[in-house]
Amino acid sequence: MSKPLRAALLAAAIASAPAFAADKVKIGFLSTLSGPGAGLGVDIRDGFQLAVKSLGGKVGGLPAEVIVADDAQNPDTAKQTTEKFLKKDKVDFMTGIVFSNLMLAVGKPVFDSHTFYISANAGPSQYAGADCNPYFFNVAWQNDNLHEAVGKYVNDQGFKNVVLLAPNYPGGKDAMSGFKRFYKGKVAEEIYTKMGQLDYAAELAQVRATKPDALFFFLPGGMGINFVKQFVAAGLSKDVRLFAPGFSADEDVIKAVGAPMLGLFNSSHWAHDMDNAANKKFVADFQKEYGRLPSLYASQGYDAALLIDAAVRDSKGKLEDKAAVKKALEAAKFASVRGAFKFNSNHYPVQDYYLRLIRQDGQGRVTNKTMGTIFTQHADAYVGECKMK
Amino acid sequence: MSQLILEQALNGLQFGLMLFLLAAGLTLVFGIMDMINLSHGSLYMGGAYFAAAAAQASGSFAVGILAAVAGMALVGTLLELAVLRHFYKRDHLSQVLATFALILIANELVRMVWGPQPMMLNPPEALSGPVEILGFFYPAYRLLIIGVGLAVALFLYLLVAKTRVGMWVRAGAANREMTEAMGVNVRRLFTAIFALGAALCAIAGALLGPLLAVQVGMGENILILAFVVIVIGGIGSIRGALVGSLLVGVGDTLGRALLPTLLRSVASSEVASNLGPALASILIYALMAAVLFWKPQGLFPARG
Repeated sequence: MSKPLRAALLAAAIASAPAFAADKVKIGFLSTLSGPGAGLGVDIRDGFQLAVKSLGGKVGGLPAEVIVADDAQNPDTAKQTTEKFLKKDKVDFMTGIVFSNLMLAVGKPVFDSHTFYISANAGPSQYAGADCNPYFFNVAWQNDNLHEAVGKYVNDQGFKNVVLLAPNYPGGKDAMSGFKRFYKGKVAEEIYTKMGQLDYAAELAQVRATKPDALFFFLPGGMGINFVKQFVAAGLSKDVRLFAPGFSADEDVIKAVGAPMLGLFNSSHWAHDMDNAANKKFVADFQKEYGRLPSLYASQGYDAALLIDAAVRDSKGKLEDKAAVKKALEAAKFASVRGAFKFNSNHYPVQDYYLRLIRQDGQGRVTNKTMGTIFTQHADAYVGECKMK
Repeated sequence: MSQLILEQALNGLQFGLMLFLLAAGLTLVFGIMDMINLSHGSLYMGGAYFAAAAAQASGSFAVGILAAVAGMALVGTLLELAVLRHFYKRDHLSQVLATFALILIANELVRMVWGPQPMMLNPPEALSGPVEILGFFYPAYRLLIIGVGLAVALFLYLLVAKTRVGMWVRAGAANREMTEAMGVNVRRLFTAIFALGAALCAIAGALLGPLLAVQVGMGENILILAFVVIVIGGIGSIRGALVGSLLVGVGDTLGRALLPTLLRSVASSEVASNLGPALASILIYALMAAVLFWKPQGLFPARG
């Protein structure tokens, strides 16, 4: 066979390549697995891997290959790894990113390559509103949501003078606007800190001087651990009530801080004591596999894997048929551990948000207990700006 | 308001004194040996990890600190003997490259031994709460840090200003060749200084571990500040390192605390919250630029 002919045949073979079912599913899992934010990424990864394992190493009936990589909470690293996932590994789905600034950094190349991104955490307002994209799905929440729930609760409890504190990055800005959307009292001070800041002495002195009746803080991962410890060490807990979204009050923070967390009210779309079959199995399996209670991050990772499983199954494994996969993702036919939820037109969840309280449970563990519902079937505030193509 | 400023000044003092522990070693190594040691921050990281590991194994924070100091002094000595002394005669670029390689090696080593996730190091139970001073509450642990920092600064002052070894050090910083010609064993002096610098790093790492986080790469951020300090203070001068550290520590803390508030009185809160933190983090670099402009040798130059 002559060389040109062989090349032509090869080209023809590639051009006519499978419009049929794929033989396996490649998932690029890029998350923060080192540094102060590592606890979050590790929990998402463990939840995700647990779901894949419980599905027998398959998603939608096809063998799953999960490629795990660390972004070190660095946008440049995240971009490089994303390029590798898209061009070299040719993944079918991407997931795992924790921080919104990283999500916004990698979004464009992912969407341009027509790869579906299933966010198990980062839910920036940009992708919920004007920049919404058919290839982006968030299976957890929109960034503002948990903060909106705390804002509503703090408002309902009659607090009138509140200091807000969040890191200076897109997720922190979303947190502040979410809280203020439902809190109508006076905002005594809005403090933005550097992302990854670990020493809060200056901010705590400022809080002491401001004399608020409550303080709302959003500091995911190691930042929150340090903040609560230093807040208690500064003796502020006697005068100022702390409120936080579930991110700053889940197992990762509780494990590190311990008893000072007792009595902290927080919000979440999920809790480990929620009474549904999927959740009971998840919490039991997670404890058996990893020897610790799952956090909300772990539940999000678990749900992300179940969503991909449902999408591959319902599109009959035809991953090249993007319209079919998108339709299957939008339908989200899986038993979520948070109970019923559905996707809004901007591919963000419409779901319930709960109030949780950290206290000692029957076994003497310091952990969250669900106290009630703050929002039912709550959608995000940006869906109106989204013109989904 | 005065109470706020007092509390912020204490915070700045605490931060500044810890910077001093790092900058003191760095300035001596740079000033006397004319050696740029980028891996100084790795010694700080090593100290924090040694302290965390020893404190976890023994259950005692004090044991953790002692183990960190002893361990890092040993590591510092070995490092000087095995690697760094071969670079004293080389140009600064080779030194930067070699010690940057040491940073990468140290980070990977720590990752291999202790894993990529931060390690927990808790302050002793008795110091985890607040104490009342001058009518307001202040964290007891931060007071301890201030106390230790002041004690070490005093010790260094006495060592450098009042002892024979200190005289050699000062002589070495002012004119190395002449000091050698006068019969001082400079090689042995260098090893001792390097071990001392490593031990100071270990104290800073062990003390800041419970406040910050014991994690891979913790040395790099603080190293930049330590370099700013020695440039402001004058390379080779312990007194300059102390003054520079306190300027940077207090300046950074007060800037972070007061700038956003000040800005809010002249601009909208949206602008203030965006601009404030950015300006505050630029402040110390602006200070450094100003010092370089008016006093290029630093505030207290060691060489006449």
